[in-house]
Amino acid sequence: MAKGKLTFADIDVTVTVPAGTRVIEVSEKVGAGIIYGCREGDCGTCLMKVEEGMENLSEPTVLEDKVLKENMAGKDMRCACQAQVIGEGEVKVKPA
Amino acid sequence: MTAQLASKPAEEIALGVHWIGAFDPDLRTFDLILKTANGTTYNAYLVEGAEGVAVIDTVKEEFSNQFFARLEAVTSYDRIRAVVLNHLELDHAGALPELMRRAPQAHIYVSQRGLKLLQATLKDALESYRYTLTDDGDQLDLGGRTLRFVHTPYLHWPETKCTFLVEERILFSCDVFGAHFCDGRFYNDLVGDFRFSFEYYFKHIMRPFKKWVLSAMDKLEPLAPLMIAPSHGPILRHRPMDYIRSYRLLSGSHLPNEVAGKEKSLLIFYMSAYGATADMARSVYEGASAVEGVRVSLYDLQGGEVDPFVDLIEEADGLIFGSPTINGDAVKPIWDLLASLVAIETRGKVGAAFGSYGWSGEAVPMIEDRLRGLKMRVPEKGKRIKFHPTEQELDDCRDYGQSIAELLAGKAKPKVIDFASL
Repeated sequence: MAKGKLTFADIDVTVTVPAGTRVIEVSEKVGAGIIYGCREGDCGTCLMKVEEGMENLSEPTVLEDKVLKENMAGKDMRCACQAQVIGEGEVKVKPA
Repeated sequence: MTAQLASKPAEEIALGVHWIGAFDPDLRTFDLILKTANGTTYNAYLVEGAEGVAVIDTVKEEFSNQFFARLEAVTSYDRIRAVVLNHLELDHAGALPELMRRAPQAHIYVSQRGLKLLQATLKDALESYRYTLTDDGDQLDLGGRTLRFVHTPYLHWPETKCTFLVEERILFSCDVFGAHFCDGRFYNDLVGDFRFSFEYYFKHIMRPFKKWVLSAMDKLEPLAPLMIAPSHGPILRHRPMDYIRSYRLLSGSHLPNEVAGKEKSLLIFYMSAYGATADMARSVYEGASAVEGVRVSLYDLQGGEVDPFVDLIEEADGLIFGSPTINGDAVKPIWDLLASLVAIETRGKVGAAFGSYGWSGEAVPMIEDRLRGLKMRVPEKGKRIKFHPTEQELDDCRDYGQSIAELLAGKAKPKVIDFASL
């Protein structure tokens, strides 16, 4: 299975993850500083900044797009509970 | 007294500015968590301009009758041009659906982040009303009277704002500077002694958002309001600036924190039935103390009470909890302390857990889950040891304490982990 590399810049931890893994599945386990509220793409609490590899994350769904707009998120922001690592690329994230 | 207060007329707090709220003198517990020995008020206001009237906030739904009676005594529904919503919690927006049914021409003003709450309050009916999502600093001209919206996010919800009546310098501050205190004499220079209620309200509502309180005071202080009209409790017309200063003081420390600058503060709390978790605690303490730049403190919860520890935790950078597992759970004093942390900001702090156990050892992962729930970071898997630790296991505890402290000090080495090992 294809594996990507997901780096949490605030704690300097990189995790090799199977394609399709959501950031939320990893960040809490490694103790990264991204925080969560509803965990289902509604509240925007888990906004994170994508420092590198935005192209290696799944496209935002209509639901996530709406939440990003409502929270006036920048172009480098995503919801950690929604974004999935795709393919074999590298992604670097940190709390917004 | 209840009937007397309920029939009290609207109060003109300044020329053409009326209090049209409601009294709730019998309330003893607010929102399930706050005690009030004096009930509360739900303060709503009405501002008259040459080109129409603005209603600022409403009341809790069951007190709608008081609100509408007072509103009708000072204006008619067709004159309402604007409904300004500083905060959409139900004690302020409870009468909004009925107000909009009676004044459907009114234009609603809510902060951008309040839109979802407005939709949830008015449901499908929102489609038939006009609304504006305000930016910080936006103004509304009522004809000779200007309302300026001052966004105060996280005081105490993300969408909260205050509204400033520019010409009269009246600040409609909603929950900011509020107090659960019901007194028909209205003003801070006339009502009973409400200082306890004011501070108690801050400690239970605003305290988790101290950082935001300070940045909000930076915005509100230069306005130099002559009167602060909050959504609960007395209207502050006598020395209003004192209350802004009070919010600044309440957002600071009681005593100066000796751990300051680049040094990090790490607190270890533990309980121990047979001494095993205490042995672990001392080893975690020793390991953490070896890291330069981290000041470590060790506390046996059996010898302390919750509230002072909450004060310490508020200013700490890292927290480690040690609990034995008894009946498949962490012990109650640990839970009492963890449950009390809802009153302070804990997000982003580093958390960890350890403990001795005899059979199943659930306490450690349960504490870790709670720490994650408090939006803390839990970077290292907790340390569990069956019965008394061996010398090797005590060394492991030292390593554990050291790794937590290194992370706090920014000295942790970059790690690469495989997902399967998590």
